[in-house]
Amino acid sequence: MSRLCVLAPLLLAGAAAAAGPAFDYALQPERVAADVYAFIGRNEDFTAVNGGNIVNTGFIVGQDGLLVIDTGPSLRYGQQMRHAMAAIDPRPPLQVFNTHHHPDHFLGNQAFAGVPIVALDATRQGIAAAGNAFAENLYRLSGDWMRGTEVVAPSATIVPGTVKLGGRPLRLLALSGHTAADLAIYDETSGVLFAGDLVFNGRAPTTPHARIADWLAALDTLEAITREAGFTALVPGHGAVARDAAPICQTRAWLRWLERTMQEAAAAGLDMNEVLARPLPAEFSAMALGASEYRRSVSHLFPAAEQEALGHAH
Amino acid sequence: MKLPLMVAAVALSALMPAADAANLQERGDPLNSARWNEMHKAFLAGLPYVFDPRVRVIAPGEAENPMQVPVTVDATAIGRVVEVVVFADFNPIVEVLRFFPDGAAAYLGFRVKLQQSTPVRAAVRTADGVWHVGGSWVKTIGGGCTAPSATAASPAWQRQLNMVSARQWRDGELAGRLRLRIVHPMDTGLVAGTPAFHLQEIRLADAGDRPLMRIATFEPVSENPVFTVHQAVAGPVRASGHDNNGNTFSVLIAP
Repeated sequence: MSRLCVLAPLLLAGAAAAAGPAFDYALQPERVAADVYAFIGRNEDFTAVNGGNIVNTGFIVGQDGLLVIDTGPSLRYGQQMRHAMAAIDPRPPLQVFNTHHHPDHFLGNQAFAGVPIVALDATRQGIAAAGNAFAENLYRLSGDWMRGTEVVAPSATIVPGTVKLGGRPLRLLALSGHTAADLAIYDETSGVLFAGDLVFNGRAPTTPHARIADWLAALDTLEAITREAGFTALVPGHGAVARDAAPICQTRAWLRWLERTMQEAAAAGLDMNEVLARPLPAEFSAMALGASEYRRSVSHLFPAAEQEALGHAH
Repeated sequence: MKLPLMVAAVALSALMPAADAANLQERGDPLNSARWNEMHKAFLAGLPYVFDPRVRVIAPGEAENPMQVPVTVDATAIGRVVEVVVFADFNPIVEVLRFFPDGAAAYLGFRVKLQQSTPVRAAVRTADGVWHVGGSWVKTIGGGCTAPSATAASPAWQRQLNMVSARQWRDGELAGRLRLRIVHPMDTGLVAGTPAFHLQEIRLADAGDRPLMRIATFEPVSENPVFTVHQAVAGPVRASGHDNNGNTFSVLIAP
Protein backbone atom coordinates (compact mmCIF):
# COMPACT_ATOMS: atom_id res chain seq x y z
CA MET A 1 0.00 0.00 0.00
CA SER A 2 2.69 2.47 1.02
CA ARG A 3 4.48 1.68 -2.18
CA LEU A 4 1.37 2.50 -4.19
CA CYS A 5 1.14 5.87 -2.47
CA VAL A 6 4.66 6.70 -3.53
CA LEU A 7 4.08 5.55 -7.07
CA ALA A 8 0.76 7.25 -7.68
CA PRO A 9 2.07 10.85 -7.86
CA LEU A 10 4.85 9.72 -10.18
CA LEU A 11 2.36 8.06 -12.47
CA LEU A 12 0.19 11.15 -12.52
CA ALA A 13 3.17 13.33 -13.32
CA GLY A 14 4.10 10.95 -16.12
CA ALA A 15 0.59 11.08 -17.58
CA ALA A 16 0.59 14.88 -17.53
CA ALA A 17 3.93 15.00 -19.30
CA ALA A 18 2.72 12.57 -21.95
CA ALA A 19 -0.29 14.79 -22.71
CA GLY A 20 2.07 17.67 -23.52
CA PRO A 21 1.34 21.25 -22.54
CA ALA A 22 -1.94 20.88 -20.69
CA PHE A 23 -4.64 20.56 -23.34
CA ASP A 24 -3.37 23.31 -25.61
CA TYR A 25 -5.26 23.53 -28.92
CA ALA A 26 -2.46 25.83 -30.21
CA LEU A 27 -5.06 28.05 -31.88
CA GLN A 28 -3.49 30.40 -34.40
CA PRO A 29 -5.76 33.02 -35.98
CA GLU A 30 -5.43 32.96 -39.77
CA ARG A 31 -5.93 36.40 -41.31
CA VAL A 32 -8.57 35.95 -44.02
CA ALA A 33 -8.97 39.67 -44.82
CA ALA A 34 -8.45 42.96 -43.02
CA ASP A 35 -10.05 42.59 -39.59
CA VAL A 36 -11.34 39.08 -40.40
CA TYR A 37 -9.75 35.95 -38.91
CA ALA A 38 -10.40 32.24 -38.78
CA PHE A 39 -9.14 29.38 -36.62
CA ILE A 40 -8.74 26.41 -38.95
CA GLY A 41 -9.18 22.95 -37.42
CA ARG A 42 -7.80 19.66 -38.66
CA ASN A 43 -9.57 17.58 -41.30
CA GLU A 44 -10.01 14.73 -38.85
CA ASP A 45 -12.70 13.11 -36.77
CA PHE A 46 -12.91 13.78 -33.01
CA THR A 47 -10.13 12.07 -31.06
CA ALA A 48 -8.60 12.32 -27.60
CA VAL A 49 -5.47 13.61 -29.38
CA ASN A 50 -7.00 16.52 -31.31
CA GLY A 51 -9.48 17.25 -28.52
CA GLY A 52 -12.15 18.08 -31.07
CA ASN A 53 -10.18 20.79 -32.86
CA ILE A 54 -11.59 19.67 -36.18
CA VAL A 55 -13.74 22.70 -36.83
CA ASN A 56 -13.32 26.22 -38.13
CA THR A 57 -14.35 29.22 -36.04
CA GLY A 58 -13.74 32.87 -36.74
CA PHE A 59 -14.08 36.47 -35.69
CA ILE A 60 -14.47 39.89 -37.18
CA VAL A 61 -12.92 42.99 -35.59
CA GLY A 62 -15.68 45.61 -35.64
CA GLN A 63 -15.44 49.28 -34.77
CA ASP A 64 -16.59 48.75 -31.22
CA GLY A 65 -15.77 45.13 -30.50
CA LEU A 66 -15.44 41.60 -31.86
CA LEU A 67 -18.05 39.49 -33.61
CA VAL A 68 -17.51 35.80 -33.03
CA ILE A 69 -18.61 33.03 -35.38
CA ASP A 70 -18.92 29.69 -33.56
CA THR A 71 -17.09 28.76 -30.37
CA GLY A 72 -15.58 25.31 -30.93
CA PRO A 73 -15.99 21.91 -29.29
CA SER A 74 -15.23 22.58 -25.61
CA LEU A 75 -14.91 25.09 -22.79
CA ARG A 76 -11.14 24.91 -23.17
CA TYR A 77 -11.38 25.70 -26.89
CA GLY A 78 -13.61 28.70 -26.16
CA GLN A 79 -11.22 29.98 -23.50
CA GLN A 80 -8.18 29.53 -25.73
CA MET A 81 -10.05 31.15 -28.61
CA ARG A 82 -10.72 34.23 -26.46
CA HIS A 83 -7.07 34.32 -25.44
CA ALA A 84 -5.92 34.18 -29.07
CA MET A 85 -8.48 36.82 -30.07
CA ALA A 86 -7.33 39.13 -27.28
CA ALA A 87 -3.83 39.09 -28.78
CA ILE A 88 -5.30 40.65 -31.93
CA ASP A 89 -7.76 42.98 -30.19
CA PRO A 90 -8.18 43.12 -26.43
CA ARG A 91 -11.76 44.47 -26.47
CA PRO A 92 -14.47 42.07 -25.37
CA PRO A 93 -16.71 40.35 -27.92
CA LEU A 94 -19.89 42.18 -28.88
CA GLN A 95 -21.81 39.14 -29.99
CA VAL A 96 -21.40 35.42 -30.63
CA PHE A 97 -23.11 33.59 -33.51
CA ASN A 98 -23.74 29.83 -33.45
CA THR A 99 -24.08 28.75 -37.10
CA HIS A 100 -25.94 25.52 -36.28
CA HIS A 101 -26.64 23.05 -33.48
CA HIS A 102 -23.71 20.64 -33.88
CA PRO A 103 -21.51 20.38 -30.79
CA ASP A 104 -18.16 21.27 -32.36
CA HIS A 105 -19.65 24.68 -33.15
CA PHE A 106 -21.23 25.72 -29.86
CA LEU A 107 -19.71 23.89 -26.87
CA GLY A 108 -17.24 26.76 -26.37
CA ASN A 109 -20.17 29.11 -25.60
CA GLN A 110 -19.47 28.74 -21.90
CA ALA A 111 -16.27 30.79 -22.33
CA PHE A 112 -18.36 33.72 -23.58
CA ALA A 113 -20.47 34.22 -20.45
CA GLY A 114 -22.03 37.67 -20.44
CA VAL A 115 -21.78 38.08 -24.23
CA PRO A 116 -25.05 37.82 -26.19
CA ILE A 117 -25.06 34.46 -28.02
CA VAL A 118 -27.43 34.34 -30.98
CA ALA A 119 -28.63 31.69 -33.42
CA LEU A 120 -31.51 30.81 -35.72
CA ASP A 121 -34.63 29.55 -33.99
CA ALA A 122 -34.30 25.89 -35.01
CA THR A 123 -30.66 25.98 -33.88
CA ARG A 124 -31.75 27.14 -30.44
CA GLN A 125 -34.36 24.37 -30.33
CA GLY A 126 -31.81 21.80 -31.48
CA ILE A 127 -29.32 22.80 -28.79
CA ALA A 128 -32.04 22.76 -26.13
CA ALA A 129 -33.20 19.28 -27.21
CA ALA A 130 -29.94 17.51 -28.04
CA GLY A 131 -27.16 19.66 -26.57
CA ASN A 132 -26.53 17.47 -23.54
CA ALA A 133 -26.50 14.26 -25.57
CA PHE A 134 -24.03 15.87 -27.99
CA ALA A 135 -21.81 17.00 -25.11
CA GLU A 136 -21.90 13.52 -23.60
CA ASN A 137 -20.80 12.07 -26.92
CA LEU A 138 -17.87 14.49 -27.16
CA TYR A 139 -16.74 13.62 -23.64
CA ARG A 140 -16.60 10.05 -24.90
CA LEU A 141 -14.72 10.92 -28.10
CA SER A 142 -12.39 13.71 -26.97
CA GLY A 143 -11.81 12.67 -23.37
CA ASP A 144 -10.30 15.07 -20.86
CA TRP A 145 -10.13 17.96 -23.32
CA MET A 146 -13.81 18.33 -22.50
CA ARG A 147 -13.36 18.76 -18.74
CA GLY A 148 -15.75 21.32 -17.28
CA THR A 149 -17.64 21.78 -20.54
CA GLU A 150 -21.37 22.36 -20.15
CA VAL A 151 -24.02 23.31 -22.67
CA VAL A 152 -24.76 27.03 -22.81
CA ALA A 153 -27.64 27.61 -25.20
CA PRO A 154 -27.89 30.76 -27.33
CA SER A 155 -29.77 33.51 -25.53
CA ALA A 156 -31.54 35.15 -28.48
CA THR A 157 -32.92 34.39 -31.93
CA ILE A 158 -31.60 36.30 -34.92
CA VAL A 159 -33.67 37.63 -37.76
CA PRO A 160 -32.12 36.99 -41.16
CA GLY A 161 -31.24 39.94 -43.37
CA THR A 162 -28.59 42.61 -43.39
CA VAL A 163 -27.78 44.07 -40.00
CA LYS A 164 -25.19 46.57 -38.90
CA LEU A 165 -23.03 45.17 -36.13
CA GLY A 166 -19.75 46.52 -34.85
CA GLY A 167 -20.16 49.23 -37.41
CA ARG A 168 -20.21 46.87 -40.40
CA PRO A 169 -23.04 45.52 -42.49
CA LEU A 170 -23.40 41.73 -42.08
CA ARG A 171 -25.69 39.67 -44.28
CA LEU A 172 -27.24 36.92 -42.16
CA LEU A 173 -28.55 34.08 -44.33
CA ALA A 174 -31.02 31.64 -42.82
CA LEU A 175 -30.40 28.45 -44.79
CA SER A 176 -30.82 24.73 -44.05
CA GLY A 177 -29.87 21.31 -45.32
CA HIS A 178 -26.84 20.37 -43.25
CA THR A 179 -29.19 20.76 -40.28
CA ALA A 180 -32.68 22.20 -39.86
CA ALA A 181 -31.14 25.68 -39.57
CA ASP A 182 -27.78 26.73 -40.99
CA LEU A 183 -26.64 30.29 -40.60
CA ALA A 184 -24.21 31.71 -43.15
CA ILE A 185 -22.69 35.14 -42.56
CA TYR A 186 -21.42 37.40 -45.33
CA ASP A 187 -19.27 40.29 -44.15
CA GLU A 188 -19.96 42.87 -46.85
CA THR A 189 -17.01 45.06 -45.81
CA SER A 190 -14.37 42.40 -46.39
CA GLY A 191 -16.21 40.16 -48.81
CA VAL A 192 -15.64 37.13 -46.56
CA LEU A 193 -18.36 34.49 -46.47
CA PHE A 194 -18.59 32.30 -43.36
CA ALA A 195 -20.47 29.30 -44.71
CA GLY A 196 -20.69 27.13 -41.58
CA ASP A 197 -21.07 23.43 -42.26
CA LEU A 198 -22.97 23.99 -45.47
CA VAL A 199 -19.51 23.88 -47.03
CA PHE A 200 -16.69 21.41 -46.38
CA ASN A 201 -13.29 21.71 -48.04
CA GLY A 202 -11.18 18.62 -48.66
CA ARG A 203 -13.12 16.68 -46.06
CA ALA A 204 -16.23 14.60 -46.62
CA PRO A 205 -19.40 16.33 -45.36
CA THR A 206 -21.22 14.93 -42.34
CA THR A 207 -24.91 14.15 -42.69
CA PRO A 208 -26.55 13.09 -39.39
CA HIS A 209 -29.28 15.75 -39.75
CA ALA A 210 -29.01 16.41 -43.48
CA ARG A 211 -31.76 17.09 -45.97
CA ILE A 212 -29.93 16.91 -49.24
CA ALA A 213 -32.41 18.83 -51.42
CA ASP A 214 -32.37 21.78 -49.00
CA TRP A 215 -28.61 21.59 -48.72
CA LEU A 216 -28.15 21.74 -52.51
CA ALA A 217 -30.45 24.78 -52.66
CA ALA A 218 -28.41 26.46 -49.91
CA LEU A 219 -25.20 25.81 -51.87
CA ASP A 220 -26.72 27.62 -54.88
CA THR A 221 -27.44 30.63 -52.65
CA LEU A 222 -23.88 30.62 -51.35
CA GLU A 223 -22.38 30.20 -54.78
CA ALA A 224 -24.29 33.25 -55.99
CA ILE A 225 -22.57 35.28 -53.26
CA THR A 226 -19.16 34.12 -54.44
CA ARG A 227 -20.01 35.64 -57.83
CA GLU A 228 -20.68 39.08 -56.31
CA ALA A 229 -18.12 41.76 -57.12
CA GLY A 230 -16.98 42.22 -53.53
CA PHE A 231 -16.44 38.54 -52.68
CA THR A 232 -12.92 37.73 -51.52
CA ALA A 233 -12.92 34.55 -49.43
CA LEU A 234 -14.95 31.59 -48.27
CA VAL A 235 -14.49 30.15 -44.77
CA PRO A 236 -15.96 26.63 -44.76
CA GLY A 237 -17.11 24.90 -41.57
CA HIS A 238 -14.32 22.35 -42.02
CA GLY A 239 -11.20 22.58 -44.19
CA ALA A 240 -9.03 25.35 -45.59
CA VAL A 241 -10.15 28.87 -46.48
CA ALA A 242 -10.78 29.29 -50.22
CA ARG A 243 -10.74 32.31 -52.52
CA ASP A 244 -13.30 30.85 -54.90
CA ALA A 245 -16.36 28.59 -54.98
CA ALA A 246 -14.37 25.36 -55.39
CA PRO A 247 -15.33 23.93 -51.97
CA ILE A 248 -18.99 24.64 -52.75
CA CYS A 249 -18.69 22.64 -55.98
CA GLN A 250 -16.89 19.85 -54.13
CA THR A 251 -19.56 19.69 -51.41
CA ARG A 252 -22.28 19.73 -54.06
CA ALA A 253 -20.63 16.92 -56.04
CA TRP A 254 -20.37 14.75 -52.92
CA LEU A 255 -23.98 15.34 -51.91
CA ARG A 256 -25.32 14.68 -55.41
CA TRP A 257 -23.30 11.47 -55.66
CA LEU A 258 -24.46 10.41 -52.22
CA GLU A 259 -28.11 11.05 -53.03
CA ARG A 260 -27.89 9.27 -56.37
CA THR A 261 -26.05 6.32 -54.83
CA MET A 262 -28.70 5.87 -52.13
CA GLN A 263 -31.53 6.06 -54.67
CA GLU A 264 -29.89 3.67 -57.11
CA ALA A 265 -28.99 1.19 -54.39
CA ALA A 266 -32.52 1.23 -53.00
CA ALA A 267 -34.06 0.83 -56.46
CA ALA A 268 -31.71 -2.07 -57.21
CA GLY A 269 -32.94 -3.87 -54.09
CA LEU A 270 -29.71 -3.72 -52.09
CA ASP A 271 -29.70 -4.47 -48.40
CA MET A 272 -28.03 -1.86 -46.16
CA ASN A 273 -24.91 -4.01 -45.67
CA GLU A 274 -24.51 -4.26 -49.44
CA VAL A 275 -24.75 -0.47 -49.71
CA LEU A 276 -22.13 -0.08 -46.98
CA ALA A 277 -19.76 -2.36 -48.87
CA ARG A 278 -19.74 -0.20 -52.02
CA PRO A 279 -16.36 1.36 -52.82
CA LEU A 280 -15.85 5.10 -53.01
CA PRO A 281 -15.49 6.50 -56.55
CA ALA A 282 -11.98 7.63 -57.54
CA GLU A 283 -13.00 11.30 -57.67
CA PHE A 284 -13.43 11.29 -53.87
CA SER A 285 -10.43 9.14 -52.98
CA ALA A 286 -8.36 12.15 -51.87
CA MET A 287 -11.10 13.50 -49.64
CA ALA A 288 -10.33 13.21 -45.91
CA LEU A 289 -12.65 10.79 -44.09
CA GLY A 290 -14.42 9.92 -47.34
CA ALA A 291 -14.81 6.21 -46.61
CA SER A 292 -15.96 6.66 -43.01
CA GLU A 293 -18.36 9.51 -43.77
CA TYR A 294 -19.85 7.51 -46.64
CA ARG A 295 -20.57 4.68 -44.23
CA ARG A 296 -22.06 7.04 -41.68
CA SER A 297 -24.16 8.66 -44.40
CA VAL A 298 -25.56 5.30 -45.50
CA SER A 299 -26.89 4.90 -41.98
CA HIS A 300 -28.42 8.39 -42.05
CA LEU A 301 -29.79 8.52 -45.59
CA PHE A 302 -30.42 4.99 -46.88
CA PRO A 303 -33.55 4.25 -44.78
CA ALA A 304 -35.46 7.11 -46.45
CA ALA A 305 -34.30 6.13 -49.95
CA GLU A 306 -35.27 2.54 -49.19
CA GLN A 307 -38.71 3.55 -47.98
CA GLU A 308 -39.28 5.46 -51.21
CA ALA A 309 -38.14 2.52 -53.33
CA LEU A 310 -40.38 0.06 -51.50
CA GLY A 311 -43.29 2.17 -52.58
CA HIS A 312 -46.81 2.28 -51.31
CA ALA A 313 -47.99 0.50 -48.23
CA HIS A 314 -50.40 -2.38 -48.58
CA MET B 1 -20.93 -32.37 -24.77
CA LYS B 2 -17.53 -33.03 -26.19
CA LEU B 3 -18.26 -36.46 -27.63
CA PRO B 4 -21.32 -35.57 -29.70
CA LEU B 5 -19.50 -32.48 -30.89
CA MET B 6 -16.62 -34.54 -32.16
CA VAL B 7 -18.99 -36.97 -33.78
CA ALA B 8 -20.72 -34.11 -35.54
CA ALA B 9 -17.44 -32.60 -36.65
CA VAL B 10 -16.25 -35.88 -38.07
CA ALA B 11 -19.56 -36.50 -39.81
CA LEU B 12 -19.49 -33.02 -41.30
CA SER B 13 -15.89 -33.19 -42.35
CA ALA B 14 -16.68 -36.18 -44.51
CA LEU B 15 -19.02 -34.00 -46.58
CA MET B 16 -16.81 -31.00 -47.27
CA PRO B 17 -13.38 -29.97 -48.54
CA ALA B 18 -10.52 -30.54 -46.11
CA ALA B 19 -9.87 -26.82 -45.63
CA ASP B 20 -13.46 -26.21 -44.55
CA ALA B 21 -13.44 -29.25 -42.31
CA ALA B 22 -10.32 -27.95 -40.54
CA ASN B 23 -12.21 -24.80 -39.63
CA LEU B 24 -14.83 -26.83 -37.84
CA GLN B 25 -12.49 -28.24 -35.25
CA GLU B 26 -13.19 -27.20 -31.73
CA ARG B 27 -11.05 -24.15 -30.96
CA GLY B 28 -13.34 -22.24 -28.64
CA ASP B 29 -15.40 -19.18 -29.43
CA PRO B 30 -13.77 -17.34 -32.34
CA LEU B 31 -15.29 -14.10 -31.05
CA ASN B 32 -13.81 -14.58 -27.55
CA SER B 33 -16.98 -13.54 -25.79
CA ALA B 34 -17.15 -13.88 -22.02
CA ARG B 35 -20.80 -14.85 -22.39
CA TRP B 36 -20.38 -17.64 -24.90
CA ASN B 37 -21.01 -20.41 -22.36
CA GLU B 38 -24.25 -18.78 -21.26
CA MET B 39 -25.28 -18.27 -24.87
CA HIS B 40 -24.57 -21.90 -25.55
CA LYS B 41 -26.74 -22.99 -22.63
CA ALA B 42 -29.57 -20.64 -23.53
CA PHE B 43 -29.83 -21.35 -27.23
CA LEU B 44 -28.09 -24.57 -28.16
CA ALA B 45 -28.55 -26.71 -25.06
CA GLY B 46 -28.38 -30.41 -25.57
CA LEU B 47 -27.38 -30.37 -29.20
CA PRO B 48 -23.93 -30.54 -30.79
CA TYR B 49 -22.58 -27.38 -32.33
CA VAL B 50 -19.69 -26.21 -34.44
CA PHE B 51 -18.34 -22.77 -35.20
CA ASP B 52 -18.81 -22.71 -38.93
CA PRO B 53 -17.41 -20.00 -41.23
CA ARG B 54 -20.06 -20.90 -43.79
CA VAL B 55 -22.57 -19.12 -41.55
CA ARG B 56 -21.93 -15.53 -42.55
CA VAL B 57 -23.16 -12.77 -40.26
CA ILE B 58 -22.51 -9.51 -42.08
CA ALA B 59 -22.64 -6.36 -39.96
CA PRO B 60 -20.61 -3.18 -39.79
CA GLY B 61 -17.55 -3.42 -37.52
CA GLU B 62 -18.51 -0.02 -36.19
CA ALA B 63 -22.18 0.86 -36.24
CA GLU B 64 -23.12 4.50 -36.65
CA ASN B 65 -26.65 4.19 -35.34
CA PRO B 66 -27.17 1.73 -32.46
CA MET B 67 -30.92 1.75 -33.11
CA GLN B 68 -30.54 0.57 -36.72
CA VAL B 69 -27.56 -1.78 -37.03
CA PRO B 70 -27.81 -3.69 -40.31
CA VAL B 71 -27.32 -7.44 -39.99
CA THR B 72 -27.38 -9.92 -42.86
CA VAL B 73 -27.37 -13.64 -42.12
CA ASP B 74 -26.33 -15.79 -45.05
CA ALA B 75 -26.32 -19.56 -44.44
CA THR B 76 -26.92 -20.49 -48.06
CA ALA B 77 -23.54 -22.26 -48.21
CA ILE B 78 -24.91 -24.86 -45.79
CA GLY B 79 -27.27 -27.50 -47.11
CA ARG B 80 -30.79 -27.78 -45.81
CA VAL B 81 -31.40 -25.37 -42.95
CA VAL B 82 -34.24 -25.97 -40.50
CA GLU B 83 -33.94 -23.01 -38.16
CA VAL B 84 -31.74 -19.99 -37.59
CA VAL B 85 -31.58 -18.16 -34.25
CA VAL B 86 -29.94 -14.75 -34.09
CA PHE B 87 -28.71 -13.35 -30.78
CA ALA B 88 -26.42 -10.63 -29.43
CA ASP B 89 -24.37 -11.76 -26.41
CA PHE B 90 -24.29 -8.42 -24.57
CA ASN B 91 -27.73 -7.06 -25.35
CA PRO B 92 -30.12 -6.67 -22.39
CA ILE B 93 -32.58 -8.70 -24.47
CA VAL B 94 -30.31 -11.22 -26.08
CA GLU B 95 -32.55 -12.98 -28.59
CA VAL B 96 -33.14 -10.92 -31.74
CA LEU B 97 -35.13 -13.24 -33.97
CA ARG B 98 -35.53 -16.78 -35.25
CA PHE B 99 -36.29 -17.71 -38.82
CA PHE B 100 -37.35 -20.89 -40.48
CA PRO B 101 -36.45 -20.82 -44.20
CA ASP B 102 -38.99 -23.29 -45.50
CA GLY B 103 -39.18 -22.51 -49.21
CA ALA B 104 -36.90 -19.47 -49.20
CA ALA B 105 -33.11 -19.32 -49.07
CA ALA B 106 -31.39 -19.47 -45.67
CA TYR B 107 -30.76 -15.75 -45.96
CA LEU B 108 -32.23 -12.82 -44.06
CA GLY B 109 -31.35 -9.14 -43.90
CA PHE B 110 -32.75 -6.99 -41.08
CA ARG B 111 -31.70 -4.31 -38.58
CA VAL B 112 -31.23 -4.55 -34.86
CA LYS B 113 -31.02 -2.30 -31.79
CA LEU B 114 -27.84 -2.73 -29.76
CA GLN B 115 -27.27 -1.49 -26.25
CA GLN B 116 -23.48 -1.82 -26.35
CA SER B 117 -20.70 -3.37 -28.41
CA THR B 118 -21.41 -7.08 -28.74
CA PRO B 119 -21.01 -10.18 -30.85
CA VAL B 120 -24.00 -10.70 -33.11
CA ARG B 121 -24.44 -14.38 -33.89
CA ALA B 122 -26.49 -16.72 -35.98
CA ALA B 123 -26.86 -20.35 -34.96
CA VAL B 124 -28.07 -22.44 -37.87
CA ARG B 125 -29.69 -25.81 -37.17
CA THR B 126 -29.48 -28.36 -39.94
CA ALA B 127 -31.75 -31.38 -40.36
CA ASP B 128 -29.17 -33.63 -38.64
CA GLY B 129 -29.65 -31.67 -35.42
CA VAL B 130 -26.30 -29.85 -35.46
CA TRP B 131 -26.01 -26.11 -34.75
CA HIS B 132 -23.62 -24.24 -37.03
CA VAL B 133 -22.59 -20.98 -35.38
CA GLY B 134 -21.30 -17.86 -37.09
CA GLY B 135 -21.03 -14.28 -35.95
CA SER B 136 -19.21 -10.99 -35.92
CA TRP B 137 -18.38 -8.26 -33.45
CA VAL B 138 -20.17 -4.95 -33.74
CA LYS B 139 -18.75 -1.91 -31.98
CA THR B 140 -21.26 0.80 -31.16
CA ILE B 141 -21.75 3.67 -28.75
CA GLY B 142 -24.84 1.76 -27.70
CA GLY B 143 -28.02 2.83 -25.98
CA GLY B 144 -30.19 1.47 -28.78
CA CYS B 145 -32.46 -0.55 -26.50
CA THR B 146 -33.21 2.16 -23.95
CA ALA B 147 -33.83 5.05 -26.34
CA PRO B 148 -37.47 5.72 -27.13
CA SER B 149 -38.61 4.77 -30.63
CA ALA B 150 -38.88 7.73 -33.00
CA THR B 151 -42.53 6.96 -33.67
CA ALA B 152 -43.31 7.14 -29.96
CA ALA B 153 -43.01 10.92 -30.21
CA SER B 154 -45.69 11.21 -32.90
CA PRO B 155 -49.22 9.87 -33.01
CA ALA B 156 -48.99 9.18 -36.77
CA TRP B 157 -47.76 5.60 -36.37
CA GLN B 158 -51.02 4.54 -34.78
CA ARG B 159 -52.79 5.06 -38.09
CA GLN B 160 -50.06 3.17 -39.97
CA LEU B 161 -49.38 0.35 -37.53
CA ASN B 162 -48.50 -2.90 -39.31
CA MET B 163 -48.68 -1.28 -42.73
CA VAL B 164 -46.42 -3.14 -45.14
CA SER B 165 -44.52 -1.67 -48.06
CA ALA B 166 -42.73 -4.20 -50.18
CA ARG B 167 -41.15 -4.91 -53.52
CA GLN B 168 -39.81 -7.89 -55.41
CA TRP B 169 -36.99 -7.93 -57.94
CA ARG B 170 -37.56 -10.20 -60.92
CA ASP B 171 -34.49 -9.63 -63.07
CA GLY B 172 -30.75 -9.44 -62.85
CA GLU B 173 -28.48 -10.65 -60.13
CA LEU B 174 -31.04 -10.08 -57.42
CA ALA B 175 -33.93 -11.86 -59.12
CA GLY B 176 -36.09 -13.48 -56.46
CA ARG B 177 -35.22 -10.89 -53.84
CA LEU B 178 -38.08 -9.59 -51.72
CA ARG B 179 -37.77 -6.60 -49.40
CA LEU B 180 -40.50 -5.56 -47.03
CA ARG B 181 -40.91 -2.88 -44.40
CA ILE B 182 -43.51 -3.03 -41.64
CA VAL B 183 -44.51 0.04 -39.65
CA HIS B 184 -44.11 -0.87 -36.00
CA PRO B 185 -42.48 0.92 -33.04
CA MET B 186 -40.87 -2.33 -31.77
CA ASP B 187 -40.72 -0.91 -28.24
CA THR B 188 -38.38 -2.93 -26.04
CA GLY B 189 -40.12 -2.27 -22.71
CA LEU B 190 -36.81 -0.92 -21.39
CA VAL B 191 -37.86 2.73 -21.73
CA ALA B 192 -39.65 3.96 -18.60
CA GLY B 193 -43.40 4.19 -19.15
CA THR B 194 -43.39 2.37 -22.50
CA PRO B 195 -44.31 -1.31 -22.30
CA ALA B 196 -42.83 -3.87 -24.67
CA PHE B 197 -44.76 -3.68 -27.94
CA HIS B 198 -43.28 -5.58 -30.83
CA LEU B 199 -43.98 -7.80 -33.80
CA GLN B 200 -43.92 -11.47 -32.83
CA GLU B 201 -44.37 -13.35 -36.05
CA ILE B 202 -44.13 -12.77 -39.78
CA ARG B 203 -45.11 -15.49 -42.23
CA LEU B 204 -44.32 -15.44 -45.95
CA ALA B 205 -46.07 -17.88 -48.27
CA ASP B 206 -46.18 -18.29 -52.05
CA ALA B 207 -49.20 -18.26 -54.36
CA GLY B 208 -49.97 -21.87 -53.51
CA ASP B 209 -49.86 -21.05 -49.81
CA ARG B 210 -46.65 -23.02 -49.42
CA PRO B 211 -44.55 -21.48 -46.64
CA LEU B 212 -41.49 -19.55 -47.78
CA MET B 213 -40.29 -18.36 -44.39
CA ARG B 214 -41.50 -17.85 -40.86
CA ILE B 215 -39.77 -15.19 -38.76
CA ALA B 216 -40.25 -14.96 -34.99
CA THR B 217 -39.22 -11.44 -33.99
CA PHE B 218 -38.26 -10.12 -30.56
CA GLU B 219 -37.77 -6.69 -29.01
CA PRO B 220 -34.26 -5.96 -30.35
CA VAL B 221 -35.42 -5.92 -33.99
CA SER B 222 -35.30 -2.27 -35.09
CA GLU B 223 -38.29 0.03 -35.30
CA ASN B 224 -40.17 -0.16 -38.62
CA PRO B 225 -38.34 -3.37 -39.50
CA VAL B 226 -37.07 -3.93 -43.01
CA PHE B 227 -36.41 -7.51 -44.14
CA THR B 228 -34.53 -8.82 -47.17
CA VAL B 229 -35.51 -12.34 -48.25
CA HIS B 230 -34.70 -14.53 -51.26
CA GLN B 231 -36.94 -16.97 -53.03
CA ALA B 232 -35.96 -19.08 -56.02
CA VAL B 233 -38.37 -17.41 -58.43
CA ALA B 234 -40.28 -14.15 -58.03
CA GLY B 235 -44.01 -14.64 -57.66
CA PRO B 236 -46.93 -13.43 -55.56
CA VAL B 237 -46.15 -13.58 -51.85
CA ARG B 238 -48.58 -13.40 -48.98
CA ALA B 239 -47.08 -11.68 -45.93
CA SER B 240 -48.98 -11.98 -42.66
CA GLY B 241 -48.22 -11.71 -39.01
CA HIS B 242 -49.03 -10.25 -35.61
CA ASP B 243 -47.57 -8.34 -32.72
CA ASN B 244 -47.67 -9.07 -28.97
CA ASN B 245 -50.87 -7.01 -28.60
CA GLY B 246 -52.75 -9.11 -31.12
CA ASN B 247 -52.65 -6.62 -34.00
CA THR B 248 -52.49 -8.57 -37.23
CA PHE B 249 -51.68 -7.88 -40.87
CA SER B 250 -51.99 -9.78 -44.10
CA VAL B 251 -50.98 -8.40 -47.49
CA LEU B 252 -50.36 -9.77 -50.96
CA ILE B 253 -47.10 -8.66 -52.54
CA ALA B 254 -47.18 -8.87 -56.31
CA PRO B 255 -43.91 -9.60 -58.11
